Amino acid sequence: MKPKINLLIAEPSDIIRSGLMSLLGDDEFEFMAPLRDLPTDLPLRLPHLQPDILLLNPTLLQSPAKMQLAALMQARPQMAVVALVYQYVEPQLLQSFKTILDIREQGSHLPQLLRDCCQNADEASDENYDLSERESEVLVLVAQGLSSKEIADKLSISIHTVNTHRKNITHKTGIKSVAGLAVYAMLHNLV
Amino acid sequence: MKKTFFTERMKMADVIAANHNLILVMPRLGIPLGFGERSVQEVCDQYAMPVDFVLLVFNVYTFDDFNPNDEALRPASLEHLVPYLMASHKYYVNERLPHIERHLTRVAQHAGERYGQILKNFFADYEKEVLEHFASEENDVFPYLHSLLKGQHLDNQVSEHFADRHTDLVDKLSDLTQIVYKYLPGETMTEELNELVFGVMQLSSDLQKHAKLEEKVLMPYIEQLERSLQ
Repeated sequence: MKPKINLLIAEPSDIIRSGLMSLLGDDEFEFMAPLRDLPTDLPLRLPHLQPDILLLNPTLLQSPAKMQLAALMQARPQMAVVALVYQYVEPQLLQSFKTILDIREQGSHLPQLLRDCCQNADEASDENYDLSERESEVLVLVAQGLSSKEIADKLSISIHTVNTHRKNITHKTGIKSVAGLAVYAMLHNLV
Repeated sequence: MKKTFFTERMKMADVIAANHNLILVMPRLGIPLGFGERSVQEVCDQYAMPVDFVLLVFNVYTFDDFNPNDEALRPASLEHLVPYLMASHKYYVNERLPHIERHLTRVAQHAGERYGQILKNFFADYEKEVLEHFASEENDVFPYLHSLLKGQHLDNQVSEHFADRHTDLVDKLSDLTQIVYKYLPGETMTEELNELVFGVMQLSSDLQKHAKLEEKVLMPYIEQLERSLQ
């Protein structure tokens, strides 16, 4: 049997916490004592608690939220931090989360969604920030101004794969805009 | 989970202590420093600024989860909105961008010809894009709001792609900092590089708040006026 996924929920609403737990079920998930708020010493406790996933309502983060989130991620890099969203949350902040779980998501999709982000976290733990050969290839084409569709045709791969490469490139380099990627490519003598 | 935001009864000095970045916002509101122990209400009265509007700006700039209610989106509270946004544009164009450019030029001079040129081109393109964006707001969006206020409903879709462009402008600044401190050869010019990176970060965070004010106040206000004219 596969080991259960340790899930730590940080969410102020009793209703939502109980709802999530009952939808996810305890066959696959081990629920840790849920949090109603974010204790300031949470980063210190995370290495002992060892959750695989932190399901976090982003409104619990105190300003500057991005820094607090970064501290949580740093405290346990192999943990996937998932945003539990039902209010307005800054898009800039949401980008920093591994995945977003919208409260309107269909109940039956929830276990798969969380399982997926665990797998991604495994890959991320032995992270390599150098671009792979394929990623460099995609980067050069992005820098030349090609769209994802055009790149997919040119390399005979699916547009979905191109987008995954682009996502990884941005994750590895920290650069989001096409113009910025073009500069990166030039500085690294790729074009 | 009720959160407190800034109110008119707080001392202006306490508000600034809570978020020192607001010091940069005050001149654009026409409020000089030197407010002693006076409250936000008293300082606003002194400079004939509607306190609702000043608080709106302060709160949007400070609290990520602050969302103005419909009450706040009234013509009486928002007559200073467009002048404020224009003053911000002017501040970015006349002060912040030239400041960054000065440091960038010096960094570029020391980075070698190839790197220097790449960096300068990136910034020049960025600057052009920002200027175009501001110009389109000043030439299209603000006059459109003005005509709505006069009761004329013009049928041009100004609100589309508004948010996309903002994200793009902020992303590019973030890319510039990444390029400067991660990918430029860093053995020389530490001081200049730091000045450049901090200058860019400061502009980036200011622009983000500026964009938020437009997305949370200006656009809903325009939509509300459009609805009232339908």
